Amino acid sequence: MRSHVGQYPGLRIWAALFFVFLYAPMVVLISYSFNTNKLAMIWGGFSVRWYEKLFTTGGIADAAFNSLVVAVIATTVAVVIAIAAALVLVRQRPFGGAGISTALISMPLIVPEIVTAVATLMFFVIAKAAIGFDFGIGNIVLAHIVFCIPFAFMPIRARLSDMDGTMEQAARDLYATPWQAFRYVTLPILMPGVIAGAMLSFVISLDDFIITQMISGPGTTTLPVYIYSMIRNGITPEVNAASTILIAASTVLVTIYWYVSRPNAK
Amino acid sequence: MKPAVEAKSVSKIYETAGHAPVKALDNVSLAIAENEFFTLLGPSGCGKTTLLRLIAGFEFPNGGHILLQGQDIAHLPPDKRPVNTVFQHYALFPHMTVAQNVAFGLRMLKRPQAEIGDSVRQALALVKMEAYGARRPSQLSGGQQQRVAFARAIAPHPKVLLLDEPLSALDLKLRQAMRLELKRLQRETGITFIFVTHDQEEALTMSDRIAVMSAGHVQQVGEPLAIYESPVNRFVADFIGDSNFLDGAVVKTAKGGALIKVAPNFLIETSAAGAAKGDKVSLALRPEKITLAQPVKGLPRGVVREAVYIGNSTTYMVEIDGGIGVTVRESNSLSGQSHFAVGDRVGVVVEAGAARLLAG
Amino acid sequence: MQRTQISAWLGVAPAWFVIGIFGVLPMLIMLGISFMVADPYGGVEPAYSHEAYIQFLFERDLDDSLIFNPIYLNIVLRSVGLAAITTALCLIVGLPVAYFIARQPESRRDVLILLITIPFWTNLLIRTYAWILILTRNGVVDARLQSVGFEAGTFDLLYTNTAVLIGLVYSYLPFMVLPLYASLEKMDFRLAEAASDLYANRWRVAWEVILPLAKPGIVAGCLLVFVPSIGAFIAPDLLGGGKRMMLGSLIYFQFATARNWPFGAAVSILLMAFVMLALLVYARVNKGQGLPAGGH
Repeated sequence: MRSHVGQYPGLRIWAALFFVFLYAPMVVLISYSFNTNKLAMIWGGFSVRWYEKLFTTGGIADAAFNSLVVAVIATTVAVVIAIAAALVLVRQRPFGGAGISTALISMPLIVPEIVTAVATLMFFVIAKAAIGFDFGIGNIVLAHIVFCIPFAFMPIRARLSDMDGTMEQAARDLYATPWQAFRYVTLPILMPGVIAGAMLSFVISLDDFIITQMISGPGTTTLPVYIYSMIRNGITPEVNAASTILIAASTVLVTIYWYVSRPNAK
Repeated sequence: MKPAVEAKSVSKIYETAGHAPVKALDNVSLAIAENEFFTLLGPSGCGKTTLLRLIAGFEFPNGGHILLQGQDIAHLPPDKRPVNTVFQHYALFPHMTVAQNVAFGLRMLKRPQAEIGDSVRQALALVKMEAYGARRPSQLSGGQQQRVAFARAIAPHPKVLLLDEPLSALDLKLRQAMRLELKRLQRETGITFIFVTHDQEEALTMSDRIAVMSAGHVQQVGEPLAIYESPVNRFVADFIGDSNFLDGAVVKTAKGGALIKVAPNFLIETSAAGAAKGDKVSLALRPEKITLAQPVKGLPRGVVREAVYIGNSTTYMVEIDGGIGVTVRESNSLSGQSHFAVGDRVGVVVEAGAARLLAG
Repeated sequence: MQRTQISAWLGVAPAWFVIGIFGVLPMLIMLGISFMVADPYGGVEPAYSHEAYIQFLFERDLDDSLIFNPIYLNIVLRSVGLAAITTALCLIVGLPVAYFIARQPESRRDVLILLITIPFWTNLLIRTYAWILILTRNGVVDARLQSVGFEAGTFDLLYTNTAVLIGLVYSYLPFMVLPLYASLEKMDFRLAEAASDLYANRWRVAWEVILPLAKPGIVAGCLLVFVPSIGAFIAPDLLGGGKRMMLGSLIYFQFATARNWPFGAAVSILLMAFVMLALLVYARVNKGQGLPAGGH
């Protein structure tokens, strides 16, 4: 049995209240999305009519599709870039550019989103005016890759640091070329980190609002941008339904991330 | 006959930004014969692992040559060398089964499927792990993982097998059993073994020959008996077994023998090895080569200051009249009693030839 | 040696390329634009001007004389103030929670951390929006009050500083709890027992042993809350109703509505300066600890 050392009165209640605070708004939101009553504040019984209405209204399907396209491409590119960088920054020692490269990769985590958003906006406007550089939704993908890289990088680097470096040497010793050692030994062992990094990137991309809001134009609306415009137009049950779908998506992805990145995960 | 592996004036320097470069190997030359069980022995940082890694190809020397059966391989990558390694912590691939681990090298060499199957079975049979092919490394004990690591390294039939402290992660009993096992495997496979360890007992029990290394240099190469009985310098004498180091002066030489005075009433007879009268010399004297007797006249005499009981023997610290101290190890009596106790006055007997004159 | 250095640079080259062109370059362009002349139709005219920085504090009268105008200064002060209060509240709320979780058995600890992580990765916009449903007139609380006889609007916090503060604390609380937990979980609890053995009561143990050992987590958590709080856009926008502007909403406004790029860029530079200052303080206090590993 533990002694009383380090036991403080009220901790358990404090923690319980904390979790209530954390989840109450989300619970309210989700329950309202199933409320049949148009007047959101009065409970009229369970219904999925707002979800039906949501999917029959044009716009949201397009926005969701855009979100998925952006998230899939940004995540894929960011993960590949992050793997290459992590291999260098964990395995190549000494490397003169290690400090500055790590700082560069972490930069998007430090700059406030609104600053990134307006800087990117000005960049794309000027790039278009100066050299005709405009990829439409591709602009959004490029912006997303930048801030997805650090989120893909962190779990991959962590996994690689935990991985015994002699694994690759053993593979080389057993006649594997550098590429074969990576393909058959490093990558499979790194996989949980890669999946975790991909999950994080995907969630971050899917959730991004401010940066996308700034640089998206007609036809390149993503789900959060769409939801924002719905909120701006007034609180409707459809907003609750759309929000609930996004909460569900994040929850599933984060739970997968949590599951694969636990220390004893295979 | 050409040596299996030959190192010629090999140097390796590690440079770290902000630190003085470290000479891990300084002009090291060695020749290892075919089918030999050769051990690189030394304390950590002596360069033994660096030499092994250079032979494996994980690192490249700054100078010198490494010959494998007469061919210079110093700058070939590890996958181009017919040399395999058993790693200290085994480095078994966790995402593959035991059989897949053992097959890995053969797969990379693009051997036919049937041959791979046969070789894997043979290699696992050799280490008595046939029944474990489908297991994952994480489901095996330390000793079993060790056997798999060995099978994996032996399966591609390398010309030389490198073993990097492979027993250090095992507990004492298992370690002792594995020594005999490794010796058997070397006999049965007929492969040249280069074994790295810091454990002198391991080196003495298994090796055909030992190279004792320190500070990037080879101090002595020889058979275990020669290394133990005739250490060439203080480092080897100190690192292998226990030694008393006694400083003295040569008082007489005759017929290849010399009489050395280490204390006023303490003369030791040893082989001269070129010493002349009046030379200041150092002697190494193993504690078990000294016997204690009654403090009779004519013997150097002293007092037992400490007696440490260690089961089958007792180690005594004896302070000899005139100042110097020696450590003595004696077997205990049949009933297990120590022969002497703290405070006893004793005589010290050193047979002629028991002490070794040290170079340098 | 040389060859491995080159291959190392090749490995990080894609990251440099993408972040360099689409992350760093835009920031430099922004710095340049903050010193240009605003084009009334959006964009800039390529001429030097530091007007944008003067605009922070002064307004130009008809005769071009400068008149002190505290409106933007007030926004800066509100941003710094709200960010500081948010940080303090997150610490007060989060520290006991992080400690509680760190002292749980391992399996429960994992689940509790997952429970904190889920909102952490859930869309900020949605999480903030949910508070509208609670804080507004006729919202969840107000409706309950009405049903027991209170007047409509008895509880109506929406579009107040309090609402913005609640939104900020709610947004960034996980950023505080996770690093706090990380340093408390690593703590060797036998140290607390040793202190208690040496006659410290449990409050002295907390003050003399646990808090100092949690310091890296406290400092990292404060940084991770303060930086996004000061540049927050969503909470002031949705819960402050645009009337309770913070730096983030001021920047947004310059681009979305006012079309004054140089001023928006200048405010962004000012915001970056605050962030740099916070990082500097962090580096000072947490010598040799490196940057906090952001996210998880």
